[in-house]
Order: sequence, then C-alpha cells, then structure tokens
Amino acid sequence: MQKSLHIDPGKCTNCLQCELACSYDNEGVFNPAKSRIKVFTFHDEGRFVPYTCTQCAEAWCMQACPVDAISLDAATGAKVVSEWLCVGCKVCTIACPFGTVNYNADSGKVIKCDLCGGDPECAKACPTEAITYIDANWTGLDRMRQWAARTDAGSGAGASASA
Amino acid sequence: MAWARKVLRVDLNAGTCTDEALNMDWARRYLGQRGLATKYLVEETDPRVDPLAPENKMIMATGPLTGTCASTAGRYSVITKGALTGAIACSNSGGFFGNEMKNAGYDMIIFEGKSPKPVYLLVRNGDARLVDAGELWGASCWDTEERIKAAHQDPLIRVASIGVAGERGVKYAAIVNDMHRAAGRSGVGAVMGSKNLKAVAIRGTLGVKVDDFAAFMAATAAGKKVLADNAVTGQGLPTYGTQVLMNVVNETGALPTRNHQGVQFEGAHAISGEAMHEKRASDGKSNLITNNACFACTIACGRISAIERTHYTVVDRPQYQKASGGLEYEAAWALGAATGVSDLDACTFANFICNEQGFDPISFGATVGAAMELFEIGAITTKETGGIELKFGNVHALTELAELTGRGEGFGAEIGLGSKRLCEKYGHPELSMQVKGQEFPAYDSRGIQGMGLAYATSNRGACHLRGYTVASEILGVPEKTDPLATEGKGGLVKAFQDATAAVDSAGICVFTTFAWTLDDIAPQIDAACEGEWTPETLLEVGERVWNLERRYNLGAGFTDKDDTLPKRLLKEAAKTGPAKGLVNGLDKMLPEYYQLRGWTTEGIPTNETLQRLAL
Amino acid sequence: MFGWLRSLFGAGPAPADERVERPAAPVAKAPAAMAPETTMATTAEASGDDGGRDDGARYVIVGAGPAGVIAAETLRAADPDGDVLIVHGEDGPPYSRMAIPYYLTGMIDEAGTTLRKAADHYDDLGIRIRHGRVERVLADDGRLALAGGGSVTFERLLVATGATPIRPQIEGLDLPGVHPCWTLEDARDIVRLAEPGSRVVLLGAGFIGCIILEALVKRGVELTVVEMGDRMVPRMLDATAGGMLKRWCEGKGIKVLTSTSITRIEPATDAAAEGGGLAVELSGGETVPAHLVVVAAGVRANMAMLDGAGIDTDQGVLVDHHLRSSHPRVYAAGDVAQGPDFSTGGFSVHAVQPTAVDHGRIAALNMAGGDAPYKGSLVMNVLDTLGLVSCSFGRWQGADGGEQAERIDQDAYKYINLRFEDDKLVGAITLGRTDWVGVVRGLIQTEVALGPWKDKLIADPHRVMEAYLARVGTA
Repeated sequence: MQKSLHIDPGKCTNCLQCELACSYDNEGVFNPAKSRIKVFTFHDEGRFVPYTCTQCAEAWCMQACPVDAISLDAATGAKVVSEWLCVGCKVCTIACPFGTVNYNADSGKVIKCDLCGGDPECAKACPTEAITYIDANWTGLDRMRQWAARTDAGSGAGASASA
Repeated sequence: MAWARKVLRVDLNAGTCTDEALNMDWARRYLGQRGLATKYLVEETDPRVDPLAPENKMIMATGPLTGTCASTAGRYSVITKGALTGAIACSNSGGFFGNEMKNAGYDMIIFEGKSPKPVYLLVRNGDARLVDAGELWGASCWDTEERIKAAHQDPLIRVASIGVAGERGVKYAAIVNDMHRAAGRSGVGAVMGSKNLKAVAIRGTLGVKVDDFAAFMAATAAGKKVLADNAVTGQGLPTYGTQVLMNVVNETGALPTRNHQGVQFEGAHAISGEAMHEKRASDGKSNLITNNACFACTIACGRISAIERTHYTVVDRPQYQKASGGLEYEAAWALGAATGVSDLDACTFANFICNEQGFDPISFGATVGAAMELFEIGAITTKETGGIELKFGNVHALTELAELTGRGEGFGAEIGLGSKRLCEKYGHPELSMQVKGQEFPAYDSRGIQGMGLAYATSNRGACHLRGYTVASEILGVPEKTDPLATEGKGGLVKAFQDATAAVDSAGICVFTTFAWTLDDIAPQIDAACEGEWTPETLLEVGERVWNLERRYNLGAGFTDKDDTLPKRLLKEAAKTGPAKGLVNGLDKMLPEYYQLRGWTTEGIPTNETLQRLAL
Repeated sequence: MFGWLRSLFGAGPAPADERVERPAAPVAKAPAAMAPETTMATTAEASGDDGGRDDGARYVIVGAGPAGVIAAETLRAADPDGDVLIVHGEDGPPYSRMAIPYYLTGMIDEAGTTLRKAADHYDDLGIRIRHGRVERVLADDGRLALAGGGSVTFERLLVATGATPIRPQIEGLDLPGVHPCWTLEDARDIVRLAEPGSRVVLLGAGFIGCIILEALVKRGVELTVVEMGDRMVPRMLDATAGGMLKRWCEGKGIKVLTSTSITRIEPATDAAAEGGGLAVELSGGETVPAHLVVVAAGVRANMAMLDGAGIDTDQGVLVDHHLRSSHPRVYAAGDVAQGPDFSTGGFSVHAVQPTAVDHGRIAALNMAGGDAPYKGSLVMNVLDTLGLVSCSFGRWQGADGGEQAERIDQDAYKYINLRFEDDKLVGAITLGRTDWVGVVRGLIQTEVALGPWKDKLIADPHRVMEAYLARVGTA
C-alpha cells in the first residue's frame, strides 16, 4: 500500500518544526522560506494548516514540464523535480492548481515535496502528529484530490471518478 | 556558526543603518541575546542615563540557537534601561520575530538616538532602511502589523511594534510581535516610543546554520524527547498553558490577591486554565480555541482564546470577537486575582487590549489592584478616576481602565504610571507591590519564600523569570524544596538566576527548564556554536551576565537598600492557607545570598569575584 | 497503470498507485552527461527526412511539440493495440520551444531542450516518429501528403502543428542578421550572432519577446526592445503591470520603446557600420544600429496544410468540446487549435504550454474512442524578466460588473490584482510574487464560491492560498 502525508490541522500548533526539518533536509540549513511544506495560519480563527503537495494523480506539474524535469517516483508516488533538468521556466508553478510547486530564486529551479524518498522529515519532526505518513486510503487528502479533479480540464465524470 | 556574526546599528538621529561585525570575543563570553546585548549596552551607554533620553540605547538581540530547530529556539530579547525601573531591562519574547531577525542575517539590532519623526525599521535579508511612520503613529500594535504587511504585500513580514501605550509613554509599555507575543516587562515599549520608533519589520530568508549539524540534530532530538516525556512540558503546558498553575498556586497559598492583601483568591478557579477549557452554558463553546506554539517550540503553551460574542466587552465590537492571544498565568492573575475580578472573558478582553495597545498586563493589573486599594481607603475618589467606582472586583472598572490606559487617556494615564509612582503620588508608597519600581508577578513570597529573595535581588525589578524557584519550591524541579522554609534559598536563588541568565542568552525559552537542565541544553549549544560549551561554562556565562547586570544597576544608582520587598510582605502575615502566619524571611536569606555571590555585605561584587568572572 | 483512464470509461475508481500517467524518465544526473550526439543518435529515426516512403498508422499525429507528444503517450495507454505515429517536421527528437531561451543563455545544451529525456522513451512506448513535412491533409481519404511525395494514412489524425511566427510587413526583414526566434535552428543562429557587447534590436515585447529578452540580456548584448503596443506584454499584463515591467527592464539597462514600430531595416552605411551591420528605422524617425534584429512579433496557428481540406478554421483549427474538428477523423490540439475557452465559454487559441498539455491528453482520449468532454482551457502565463516574475490567469481584464482586489507597490515592483465575478475568482495578475501562485488557477478553475473569503481577499489579495484552503481544502 502506498503511503501519503496525512494532515490534521486540528493538531497543528504552528511551531514550524516541519518547515525547519524540510528546509534542513533539502537545503542543508534551517530556513522556513525554503521549506516544501508550509503552515498557513488563520489567526482570527486560531487555526493552523500545514500544507504541501498531495502528489495528485493528475500531476499537472509533471505534465506541464516542457523539459521532462519532473518524474514519478514509482516507489512512493511522489512527483520529483530533477534539479539537473529543471530550467526554472516556472510553468509548473502556475499549472499546479494547489500552488505547491514553488520557484526558488536562489537556485533558479523549482522546488516541491518529494516525500523525502518515502520517509518524510516533516512527519518525523511534527511534535503533535498533525503530520503523519500513513496508508494513502486513510488520508484526508482524498478531499483535496476531489477538488483537484475539479480543476481538471477534462470531463467532470472522468476526473472526479479518479479521486 | 549559529551566530549570524553581524550587528545592525540604527542611528535614529541620522536615519542611517550600518552593518558591523559581531564582537566574537564577547560572544564567546556572553553567548548571545540577554548576555551579549547587555555587554554591548554596558560598553556603549552611561548607566545613569535617563531611560527615555536619546542617549539610552535599545538593543533587540537573538541568541545563537535562535532560528534553529532546537525546541523553542525563536526567542529574542530587548535590552535597554527600563522606563519603569531605571534598571537594566531585558524583556524576552517568543513568536516568530526573533527567527526572522536571524534569518535576515543579524544577531542583534542596536537602536541609538531619537528619530526626528516617527519611523519604522524595515529589514530584508541584510538590507535595512528607515521608513516614515507618520501614518502609523497612533495605530495599535495589531493595526501596525497588519498595515506594514499590507504596505509591503508580504504577509510573512514579522513585525514588532509599539501601540499607543508606547507612544504615550506608559511606563510599562511593551513591544508586541506577532500579534500577541511581547517583550512585555520593564517598559521597553516606552523606550522605543521615546525614540519615535514605531515598529521593526523584518523578512529574512537567508537561512541559519550551526557548527556541527549532525551533532546538533542528535542533541536537539534528544532535547525534544525530554520535553515530550516530561509531565509539565509534555502535558501540563500544552493542555493548560502556564495557566496550569492558577489552581496549584492558589492551593499553595501563594496567589497574591487584591494587591497582596490575601494569598488565596476565591475566584481563582473561574480564571484558571481549567476554566478556559470549560464549555460555556450559553453557547457551548470554551474560552480556549487552541494551544499555539512560538517558533520551533514543541511545548506550545500559548493560548488562543475567543470571548463569548454576547459578553459586554465585545457585544458590538466584532474586532474583539475574533480569536487572539489568550490568558497566560501571570496575566490572568494580574487582571483577575490582583484586582479581585473573576470574570474570565473580562480578563481575556483586558489581555487583548494589552496586546493590542502594547502594555504589560502584569504591571497593569497590579497597578489597577493598587489603585483599587487606594480607592477603598479613600486616597483617591471618583473625582480622580473620572467617575469609575474603583473597587476590588469591579469588572467594568478593569476593562474600562485597560482601554483608557492603552490610549493614555483619563485616569488611564495615571494607571500608566505604574503602581510605584501612582501610590507615591497619592501618599501611600507602601501600597505599591513592587521591587525597583516593577510590580510583582503572580507568586506571593510569603507562600513561596525563595521567590521573595528572587524578587528582591532581580536585576530588572520584581520578576518571576530571573530566578524561578517556584519550579523547585512548588513543582519539585529539579528537586523539591520546602516553599515555607528560608534555609538554603540563597543558593537555590543564585543557581536559578545564573542558569536562567544562560538560557536567556541562548535563544531558547526558559520554560524548557521545567524539563531541561543545563545538561540537556549544553550539548545543543555545543553542537551549534564553535568552542566548548558545557554545563559549567554555561553556568559561568550566567553568573557573568548576572554580575554584569548588577554592576550596571549599581552604576545607575541602585544599592543594597533596593534589594528589598514591600513592608506588606515583610510585616503582614498571610491570613490563610499553608503559609498562614508567615511573612517573607528576606532578612534570613539575603546575607547568605550576597556571600554566595561573592559580593560584599553591601551587595557589591568583590574584586575577586569580578576577576574570577573576567569582568 | 493508467487506471484513471479505466475509470474514465466507467470501470470505477482506480487505486491511487495505479494512477500513473507516465513512467519516470530514467534521468541522467547531469546535462553534461548527455552529449547532443548521443541523444540524437539513440532515437531511431532521429535524423534525415523519411521523404518518399509511404506509411500509416491508426493514430497519426502531426507535430512533435508537447501537445503531440502527450497525445501520443495518452493514445498508447488508452489503446494499447493502436499504433501511433508522430510526423515531426524538424530534425532531431521532439523538443520544447519553452526550453529555447535557456539554451540561448547556455544553461542547457541542445539535449536539455528535449521533451523526453530518456533516449529510448518513444521506442519503449512503441511510438514511432517520422520526420517529414506535411503538405496537405486529405481528410476524407484518411491520408497525409508529404513534401517529397510520400503519404501517410490514418484512421484518426491529430493536428498538433503549433504556430509559426508572424512575419510583419517590414522592408528589409529578409536581410541577413534578421531572425525570428522560434525553432532550435533560429536559436542556433541567434547564439552565433548575439555576441556579448553586440547591438540587438528585439521586435516585440510580447510573451515570447520577453522570454527571448531575458536570454539576450544574459548573453551580454546591448538591447533595444521595440513594441507596438502601449506597454510590455499587452496580451498578458495590464497597464500597471506592463508599466512596472518596462521600468524594471529600463533599470536593467534595456532600452524599451513602446507604442513604437520598425518601419524599415537597411544594411548600414559605412559610417554607421561600426554600430552593427544593420540600420533599424523606427516609427518615430530615429534609426538604431544593430548587429542583429530578433523578430518576435507574435505567432499564428500553423495550418497551411489544411488549405482545401474542408476543415473549419478561424484563428486556429476550430474544435469542439471533444477537440474534434469539423471533420470527424481529424482532431487538433495545442497552439494550432481554437478550442473551448474556460473563461469565455467561446472558442479561443491559447498558445501556452498548460493548454497544449491539456489538449493533447483530452484529444487523445477522444481519438481512442472515449468520451472526455473538455471544460475549456484557462489562459495562464508566467514570465521571468530579468528576475521580475509576472503571472496572469484567466480573465485578468476583469468581468463585466465584477469587483477587483488590488495592491500596488511601484517602488518594490510588487503588484497583485484579482478579478471576481459574483463571488468567484475569474482572473488575476501578479508581479513580483512566486510563492504558491498556482493556487490562483485552482481557485479559478474549481469555480469555488468564495463566500466570506471574497471580502478577505479584497482586504488582502495575497491571501489566495488561505482562501483556497478555507474554501476548498482541509482548513
């Protein structure tokens, strides 16, 4: 069974340990600005929502890439950016309807969650189990995926059935 | 590594921002944040300066761990001469601002002089400039933060600002960052206001490195496990916040009530952490919305609360119906027990106003409590208060004064003086519950004897965070001592003071020390920073910092006569609870303390001590 | 594999791990490891024109851009028994025009421009690529006539021939030193001529012009941009954003002349030749010397081969919601297709990469016998002009009577403008923002009712991600 990140905003305290872990693993420094996961805050409601790529089946980013720089990691289901091949054209950043592919001006490449090869650092760093890495069927990302399907340019029927 | 090795110096007279290298010799001796910034202040200013004069400097400083993944490593401190106290001030805050400063490439920002007109400092990754704040002058901390983010189209800018309280010179005005974290005590916000500096806005994306990443990840992971496994940091604080203490301290007979007339408050439960969890009958919701962490904090003691929409404080004011920073223990005590108010939502509202306009709820609540006693004995009347029936327990008086104080209007302007000046003004200095001009926090030193010595000797005036012997005397951390005994408290206080000074210099939160000892902390600092950092060297740093602060205060004119407590605590015995019949035994503890510190009987560090600490 | 396609045809939802559209390319670790020769040589029909040979396949795709390649891959999956043939009008393996600017800057070599990096990608999938130019489409016969005499038969045809640059009517446009920038061949010429320090005039500050602009500046040329419109990228950016972009470019040392056209290009006189071999005369009367003139005056659908085929065309090949043309055997996709427009409900040519990708996939599903109606393309663009990133989405010009949310910071080159229709987001422009920007597409295309978040966005338009999470996602 493939696993995916499960996010429970109700458990998030906004400590940003996920962002620290992600940036350290990917960039070798502590720098939330370079994290592939980000906690969005709804201050007036006292709500904190960690958010990153759902590794959606539609993979708009991968489809849109003009130079084949995003590929599927068959083991994890992650869509992975090759830093060697990416030219930094940013088409994926507008193609991804979730906004989870971001341009890193320092490297001139895009960055996105790659599930750390199957052992996501954000989930390990989360002190409250707001982020867990579990069997895909159990994740709340399903709902996100349904909405993802609504973005699908194709038929509503086909797209929503894939969710 | 760990240090950014860069200081931003802002000359407000000239309007210039210049970078300079961090003095690494000092960094190795004073670590960072509280210690290192105090060293800079001591070297650069005359301790006799008027706190509100341009010649006073204000330093915002991070620690070497700030911005790393060590738990709670998002702290920064504001170091200056306090407007409330005239003593060294070091106000420590969490939230996200400290991390942003480090990520922008700075260990500290030194503000000197006074701007000819209101400005705010904008810092982006090593690029700093002063921006006109004419339009922001008069805005609350909340509005200021929102408007600066909007003006620069960057919701991730972190802002530390003063509200109207700081502009109007409320003596205990705070600097508020991230909506409801504050460098709250000693009037650092008034100093900032005196410099015409409205806010500091920072966006930093440079990243923070440490010396030995592998060792650091291991050490911080071990530290996080200790916090998670500890009953206080792993369960009590996340669940109830610091408000876990309200009922505990009340039962101990150490909850100062109605300006320290009593030591137990009949309404304590109503304003406790437990009460914040209880569902209201009216709308089925609780005061507490969620707990909330500061940057990198795996404890998450912060409270996010919302006031019942029909409560009189917010009924027609939707801006206060939103969730915001809820009551921490000290604030709940000051706004509640100290004033005899047991209305949780009213206390929450007053707390919101403190955050919104930027002033310290501890000093505010304590000053209202003192004013209430002045009113009850007839020293002030409705003539002075502008019609407010300033009696203990008058919830409307509390919330109205919060708003007036925040705006510096009416009788609020007098509440803004702090209890020492207020009580002196109305002829009853003995009714001010303070040390060195700063109001006590939420522990009565008749019920917790060690805290009396901690308060009396605290370098920034009465404060629980300079030496939190409550941990030992009440919670048994690191080991239990008898709260009613004075024996051994000199050593206990010194140990807590020195360790805390080290922690405050590192970039982490003192609340970690409910679970961590220096044995847990040293490996994290050692991995992050160049050089050898052991529990022993950290204690030495702490003691060095303490003595440096002490010397500053001596230079500012304080003497051993100021190492004392109000008569009430020394003469009027507690009337109820376990401490019934006790006063604080400061006279039994102070000489031992001086001796352990290596100070003369007049409280002056001996040459031998100074040499030992390389001061 | 391709379980999601099964579900499309009514076989029910597929488990997540089967929803794989394309196997991972076995990625070479560094571009340097892929010498162009190697890549070219390992693709079976990589070189030469297969000219006169007769050929045929169930599915024939004309054009080897993203629309064509995605369509071929999708067809291969949707109909494993149907053979797929791509007729590729240029030399070499299918490549991406989007990558050309990065080739111009030297960031990638030619191999880096290929659409698929695995050398045997097409062979592995059983997709044949044949090089040749299509002269005519004989739709009723199910046959293509190739230049050189050969023909290719098909059961279903996908026209994915893309666009060709518009050649403005300017005297001197055929002089040596005047180049379009569209094909890899063009790029090679420009690389040769655009030496550091040379004077270059770029005609057109549209989307493509701006992409080339960046590449030219990075090559260190002295650049003058001439744009007929009153601002830069007039079809992508509004006056505020276009004006800010112009100032930004000027700040980088580029001469930007808007509301200006080139009236004539002449060989330089001896006296002026030091400035370059060409003299470019502008509508204002001024003459600018140049070593090189790059023409990027827009593109139009490349559909000359359909002349006389009896297929309806307008700005492009008119296709219905199944991307089928007026002829039942002929489909069109990508820059050549005038397909359903998500925003207007009409039919538009949206010559952008994401639309090409959508078209290729949807057209292929329908060609294979499926019923995949297309909701329409959302026009969107992202442009990085010397570090200033601009994006536009959908109806950025606004909807009739719709509200908008705007923030402008001229000094900091930051701008955002959101356009609403009722309480839905229908368009946006951003300047100087790269974070989480794709969510604008999500908000527009999911057509989510924003409810209270419309007012929150009007108060702070940068909170698009929060709006999405609150109205759509897990928040």
